[in-house]
Amino acid sequence: MTVEPTAAPAAEPVIERPAARTATAPGVVPPPSGLTQRGDTAPDTSGGVGESTQRPDGVLKVTGEFAYASDLWHRDMLWGHTLRSPHAHAEIRSLDVAEALAVPGVYAVLTHEDLPAATHYGLEFADQPVLAVDRVRYQGEAVALVAADHPETARRAAERVRVEYAPLPVVHDEASATAPDAPVLHPERDDHHAPFVPHPNVVHRQPVTSGDPEGAEALAEVVVRGEYTVGMQDQAFLGPESGLAVPAEDGGIDLYVATQWLHVDQRQLAPVLGLPPERVRLTLGGVGGAFGAREDLSMQAHACLLALRTGRPVKMVYNRQESFVGHVHRHPATLAYEHGATRDGQLVYVKGRIVLDGGAYASSSPAVVGNAASLGVGPYRVPHVAMEALALYTNNPPCGAMRGFGAVQACFAYETQMDRLAAALGMDPVELRQRNALAQGDLMPTGQPVDSPAPVAELLRRVRARPLPPEHPWEAVGAGGEPGVDPRELPGGLANSSQGEGIVRGVGYGVGIKNVGFSEGFDDYSTARVRLAAVAGEPVVTVHTAMAEVGQGGVTVHAQIARTELGVSQVSILPADTSVGSAGSTSASRQTYMTGGAVRNTCLAVRAELLRRGRERLGAAQPGWHEPGLRLRDGAVVTAGGARLASLVEVLGEDAIDLELEFRHRPTQPFDRETGQGFGHVQYSFCAHRAVVDVDVELGLVRVVELAAAQDVGRAINPRAVRGQIHGGSTQGLGLAVLEEILVGPDGTIRNPSFTDYLIPTILDVPPMPVDILELADEHAPYGLRGVGEAPTLSATPAIVAAIRQATGRALARVPVRPEHLTTGP
Amino acid sequence: MRLTLTVNGRPTSADHVWEGESLLYVLRERLGLPGSKNACEQGECGSCTVRLDGELVCACLVAAGQAEGAEVRTVEGMAGPDGELSPLQAAFVETGAVQCGFCTPGLLLAAEELLARAPHPGDADIREALAGNLCRCTGYENILDAVRLAASRAAQAPTDPNGGPDHDR
Repeated sequence: MTVEPTAAPAAEPVIERPAARTATAPGVVPPPSGLTQRGDTAPDTSGGVGESTQRPDGVLKVTGEFAYASDLWHRDMLWGHTLRSPHAHAEIRSLDVAEALAVPGVYAVLTHEDLPAATHYGLEFADQPVLAVDRVRYQGEAVALVAADHPETARRAAERVRVEYAPLPVVHDEASATAPDAPVLHPERDDHHAPFVPHPNVVHRQPVTSGDPEGAEALAEVVVRGEYTVGMQDQAFLGPESGLAVPAEDGGIDLYVATQWLHVDQRQLAPVLGLPPERVRLTLGGVGGAFGAREDLSMQAHACLLALRTGRPVKMVYNRQESFVGHVHRHPATLAYEHGATRDGQLVYVKGRIVLDGGAYASSSPAVVGNAASLGVGPYRVPHVAMEALALYTNNPPCGAMRGFGAVQACFAYETQMDRLAAALGMDPVELRQRNALAQGDLMPTGQPVDSPAPVAELLRRVRARPLPPEHPWEAVGAGGEPGVDPRELPGGLANSSQGEGIVRGVGYGVGIKNVGFSEGFDDYSTARVRLAAVAGEPVVTVHTAMAEVGQGGVTVHAQIARTELGVSQVSILPADTSVGSAGSTSASRQTYMTGGAVRNTCLAVRAELLRRGRERLGAAQPGWHEPGLRLRDGAVVTAGGARLASLVEVLGEDAIDLELEFRHRPTQPFDRETGQGFGHVQYSFCAHRAVVDVDVELGLVRVVELAAAQDVGRAINPRAVRGQIHGGSTQGLGLAVLEEILVGPDGTIRNPSFTDYLIPTILDVPPMPVDILELADEHAPYGLRGVGEAPTLSATPAIVAAIRQATGRALARVPVRPEHLTTGP
Repeated sequence: MRLTLTVNGRPTSADHVWEGESLLYVLRERLGLPGSKNACEQGECGSCTVRLDGELVCACLVAAGQAEGAEVRTVEGMAGPDGELSPLQAAFVETGAVQCGFCTPGLLLAAEELLARAPHPGDADIREALAGNLCRCTGYENILDAVRLAASRAAQAPTDPNGGPDHDR
């Protein structure tokens, strides 16, 4: 239960081997090991639910000792490299690896012909080749693998694999995908959506209709229509795709990897490796961010295949350029909306059509479609709705999960529509939103009742009530007291492109709705194993889950929950691996709800067992044991009145209590394929933003001055971590508003696969972000909590663009907004 | 080639270094110091920031041979000999400036360099100094808090010759 330093100290160089680091023993440099943490003021049980406790992995992370997946090392390891297609769509005529195999230092070169078992994999259905067979469908598709004794040797050898491609016509948008003569990208598809789609290049289509949308047109006095575009956003986690696959003596494999869901990786890997799942063992390596991009497999199968082939541990680490083709992105979207309202600002109907570009493989496109369709009108009460969302197969980069998951694209469009409707009505945009705001008891367009707090109007009120930041923040006082200018506070910054002239301020608002947890009838569960034992005279709780800690702070929350429920100070968090049941994905804002809920659930069972033992062993002598309302506090069992009955150590003796239990949220239902009706979502999450911007209207430069958020989190289990999630989500929304887009050419290739050309916000781009947290309990959820991570990513984008519109008077129907959109065109 | 350099005050060397390797690769893969991170390996993200003879550099852009005979400081050298965290390291943990933590080592090195030359930085100074270090998790708010906290503690420390609280903001 000690914290092992995970990076071994430097050692004597080893001859003839690139890596000279020694592990503590033959074998793997351990991934993040047991994280033991005391409550902040041991030995009492502070550090529980509701406190801003510190991360148990924080010290390791600031000292450089935390072992990320890319830091793992094995004394015998080889380096894996992937040869990828330069074409977005091509036939593979021939493949020759002989020259690559002959390179000194190369141990294996694999193509599809070397695959031992299943040849395809996928999150929702197995449509993606492990290695391309006779056709590549996107630029960057994996074609061959190399294992060598140095990463550069592997890279150079891969260049010597001879591949003859015959380029094919590229499908790149809805028109080219659904044209009568369009190449069908997956002619063999037999997935469960295939029989229902309007065209084989449509992955999935979901309508949602309620009321009488056609008849309602006559009731609307004001109608606004708009078409919107959302660019392809990248998750841009900093820790690259990486892992270490170690062949095991039982013929199986041990994989140490940065992922979001160990068990879904295991489920996909076992058939590909031709191994039973129990011989495909995964352990979480340190994860440098995820944001959806680690839901799908990247290097997992490839490293395992190379390791099994060579009998040597194989490490794979993508560089940034490869990362841009190594994971799925946020679906770019085109959205067409029509809003009808009465003259006093009551929404009558909303019609919308959302087309998502899913790229070459399905990934999680069907679920993204379900979200876009069911959340497509936003957090508003709309009596008549006709929504439709669909995802395409194209030869563009595959798209799947990214924070916000289908709700982000819709939010930019419906919030822009609300601003346009307000303008058409001559109404204040916040007032229009509040007049139509969803509230507890309302029905969603899917017919699902909103059965927990939905303080949409209140969140808007709060962000608007906040004082505005001062104008002209660049005005400074010089050394001699004369007026000066601090260019760092101006759009353009130190480029010194303005001294304050041509700068116009704008203010904008946005609010959004996101589902929490996996929807549409998915059996979404989490498992937690909790052990309570006396160690050296102290009660110690050990929590073991397979939850992927990707930075969000789940490990912090688990320790807090264990302290609160079991009244202990010292909690150990074991490494996440597949020796314990699935924790589900670190996605969909679900982990505090689900695996936090699982930890709580198991703790309650441990507590019940402890009290049962106490009654059995000590109850005869102490009548207090039979009182109702016994509590565990400060390492002891106490009565409701506070009388101490026994220490936990006395009750436990030598016998630990060790339980592993599954936890489920309430069941959901699939959406009806024609009407979209159904109890589809577990929980809804709401966030509102107010953005203040200064725009250099002559140069088209934007500086976001302040981005204020208000969010209902149900219960803030760790308020500091909650604020951190809201800050991070808001910042990614800012990125989509004004900076971030993967540019894909008409030939399907990515133009900007680097941080030089794909711009994520720097500390200079991000303004102060005041956060207002509401805690209105959801009675269905553990502690009343509401998933936090995604909602702030939705509304930040439309709020910022609304502010830019106010400053510039431009329509701005696409994101990200670029300088030329502010200086040319309408 | 054989590379000889001083890392965190300790003379060290690595054999069989290929000329194309970066200082980052040598630190991570040959010297057992993976604290400097490999987020972009093209000098854009700052996660591999180290001090090379005192100067902040992206270790991924420094050819290994350029570090011959140099003094290199990495995140592994920041804590005290008994493992006591430096004031900046402690502030990063306390303020929630660490989420996934991949940017943290580089930010710590850059912030340390800032506070060494400007003990009382204003917010605009902090932003300017850390503009080369990308963070994807935190939105930077708590990173600003951490640097402010470390600076204010240094100002209040009795041994600080400058003394006094921070009035520059």
